[in-house]
Amino acid sequence: MTQATIESLAHDARKPLPGWAAHIAAPVVGGLIGLGIGVFLIVIAGADPLAAYAVMFQGAFGGARQIQETILKTAPLLIMGLGLSVAFRARVWNIGGEGQYYMGALVGGAIGLAFPGWPSPLLIPAMLVGGAAGGLLWALIAGLMKVRRGVSEIISTLMLNYIAILFVQYMARGPLQEPGGYLPESAQLVAAARLPTFFGTRIHLGVLIALVLIPLVFALIWSTPLGFRLRAVGERASVARYAGIQVERMILFALAFSGALAGLAGIIEVSTLHTRLKGEISGGYGFSGILVALLGRMHPLGVTVAALFFAALTIGAQSMHVVYGLPDALANAIQAIVVLSVLAVDALAHRR
Amino acid sequence: MHGIVKRFPGVIANAGVDFDLLPGEVHALLGENGAGKTTLMNVLYGLYRPDAGEIWLRGRRVAFSSPREAIGQGLGMVHQHFMLVKPFTVAENIVLGQRSPREPLAHDMRQTHRYLRSLSGQYGLAIDPAAPVWTLSVGEQQRVEILKALYRGAEVLILDEPTAVLTPQEVDDLLAILRRLAGEGKAIVFISHKLGEVLGVSDRITVLRDGKVVETLPAQAADEHGLARRMVGREVLLRVSKGPAQPGEVRLAVQNLSAVNDRGLPALRGVSLEVRTGEILGIAGVAGNGQTELEEVITGLRRATSGTVTICGHTATNRSPTAIGALGLAHIPSDRYAMGMLRYFTIAENLVLQRVGQAPFTQRGWLRKDIIRQEAQRLTAAFDVRTPSVENPARTLSGGNAQKMILARELARQPKVLLAAQPTRGLDVSAIEYVHRTLIAQRDSGVAILLISTELDEILALSDRIAVMYEGQIVGVMDGPGADIHQIGLMMAGSKRSSL
Repeated sequence: MTQATIESLAHDARKPLPGWAAHIAAPVVGGLIGLGIGVFLIVIAGADPLAAYAVMFQGAFGGARQIQETILKTAPLLIMGLGLSVAFRARVWNIGGEGQYYMGALVGGAIGLAFPGWPSPLLIPAMLVGGAAGGLLWALIAGLMKVRRGVSEIISTLMLNYIAILFVQYMARGPLQEPGGYLPESAQLVAAARLPTFFGTRIHLGVLIALVLIPLVFALIWSTPLGFRLRAVGERASVARYAGIQVERMILFALAFSGALAGLAGIIEVSTLHTRLKGEISGGYGFSGILVALLGRMHPLGVTVAALFFAALTIGAQSMHVVYGLPDALANAIQAIVVLSVLAVDALAHRR
Repeated sequence: MHGIVKRFPGVIANAGVDFDLLPGEVHALLGENGAGKTTLMNVLYGLYRPDAGEIWLRGRRVAFSSPREAIGQGLGMVHQHFMLVKPFTVAENIVLGQRSPREPLAHDMRQTHRYLRSLSGQYGLAIDPAAPVWTLSVGEQQRVEILKALYRGAEVLILDEPTAVLTPQEVDDLLAILRRLAGEGKAIVFISHKLGEVLGVSDRITVLRDGKVVETLPAQAADEHGLARRMVGREVLLRVSKGPAQPGEVRLAVQNLSAVNDRGLPALRGVSLEVRTGEILGIAGVAGNGQTELEEVITGLRRATSGTVTICGHTATNRSPTAIGALGLAHIPSDRYAMGMLRYFTIAENLVLQRVGQAPFTQRGWLRKDIIRQEAQRLTAAFDVRTPSVENPARTLSGGNAQKMILARELARQPKVLLAAQPTRGLDVSAIEYVHRTLIAQRDSGVAILLISTELDEILALSDRIAVMYEGQIVGVMDGPGADIHQIGLMMAGSKRSSL
């Protein structure tokens, strides 16, 4: 994604909204167009499009277990999307969510592995704080490069992704590898290092954290002087500087905040889903998170809807693959087409 | 042009405008910002398509769909911003994009030079076709634009606010050239809101207001006050009256100040000045002689490389904008959009831009939107900022109302020193009157005002003392009342220096 595309999307997002109808209608119309295009692909693959889509919907929402699955998938996307919304509002283009997610997972996971004897009420907060700190510090590297030397954060955060991912892979097959194990994985986290779940479901503390973050981010952006300053920097840095706002400090904050939330998402996923550190623990949340933030127009409620939509699409596409036997690539292609269509119609609807 | 109507979403820019132009005349198009002058000419030039109305040229009805067609029919337009490639020569700029008669071979530049030289001589343009454009002054570059239009066979020349960028001497030269062009049979449209120039050069004057023609009258039958009244629709004071200054102690002192511009070249070279309470010091000068850098250094937005700035006895050199503001400096910035306001923020948010983090606007870490709104309502009422709601984005304000909003915000800080840079740039006559009245009222209440303006009329109207800036230095200081405009003009052009 180029800077120009991101900026134009972000620019659209700053325009006043033409009423709630267009706000809701545009993504819905876009989604339908995307699914319409997908029909052709399914027909070419030799299947019945309606049946395939029914499987897709049922896969995401067809029952308590499916809904649970979708919610679990939503949580990390939502946390990352909220963090990135704050950064993007300040026009800080953090493309490094993936790397910050990995570093958060690494630091939080290492704490969990290092102190297996700690009681859960001590170990879990330590892991969550460690995860957030890992992502924060990783993002701050790009922040310092930007503020001190003027290095574009787009490039630095993107490059830092590769370093972080490869570093975690090295740790998983090196220093942190399970003693006596053959796979490039760490030992499994002890039960005390797993986030608690609620009501006998798999819904865990991470989902609750994501839900709490929605109003917190909302308040940060709109009800604090800090949010005011971030938005001012995002709209026009030269005006912000004139008004006495310390632009560099705001840029550092924007990267630190989005990095911390990305790291938090990382440790939550490791603690609940993977239960150990290994080379592949993300599934591209860092990049989907960018789309979720932009699709949600950098508004906490919009981001919530976008994260849910994205999660449902991913889960639905998976079941289309599993249940209906359609190729994995086809499911991914339909997912991508739907996202593109929503973005395109959304951009058209908000154009003046 | 007959019954021209042009609508934009929410506005009618031209509501049935009739306009005619005769060969050999200079026809001025006079009106406030937003009166529809530029829209009308853009319709004529093929940039806009009219919603209704007809355009007739030499007895034939025409409808240009692009400037290229208009140029082909003998129209030429000189824009406010010149369309020239700086490293190229005059001749290269003029043939740029033109088909060569020897296609596919390039132009015969020697022949082009010869032709341009004779064209330049014929109309008294005094332009050397071989000179690279970057070596030319702003006035000369403008004449290159005129030469370009003539080279392309223009019989009708449209000049959009051509004098805005010129020194007084350059204005005189330009007006003489326009008379000469008219004398050779060219038809000229002169767009302006400066009454003196319009009266000096035109044969006929058409006054536009709110997209309609108020009147078309011969220049001999017009005078400044009558024209201003027609433009604005009510009586206006062209020059705000003011009493003599009552200067007191020094509030702002700048000593030997030097700084570099964005390209690292010296922009301020040892500037010294003092502004006292109860006086307005006006800094005159052609744009680009260090005024912007002076503004930025005083307000803490640019580092001084040497020298000092003192505000009310406290050192302000190279301190932060916030610290300098706390010393009592308020700042009306020269670039309203790049410095002065956030277009997508609400008017209320803009009105508390620097104070937002302080009580009572922030309490216990939370913004108090109700108190911010109250303050905004108080300020918009006190400064006559016209808006249906302070919760509207600032970009919905007209230029004049936006400037009033900035004035309101800066004066709400109850400054001891006010730096007003280009405070009326782009504003219409009535808004200018308001800003000028406000500045004089502030002076009379004891504020020390440093006025930086490239509008000489504004400097003369407001200043108690005038300093002229040229190439990063103050080249002369004189008393405001009774200042000799000719002398100031020469100093602005760098040809005369008087001792400090």
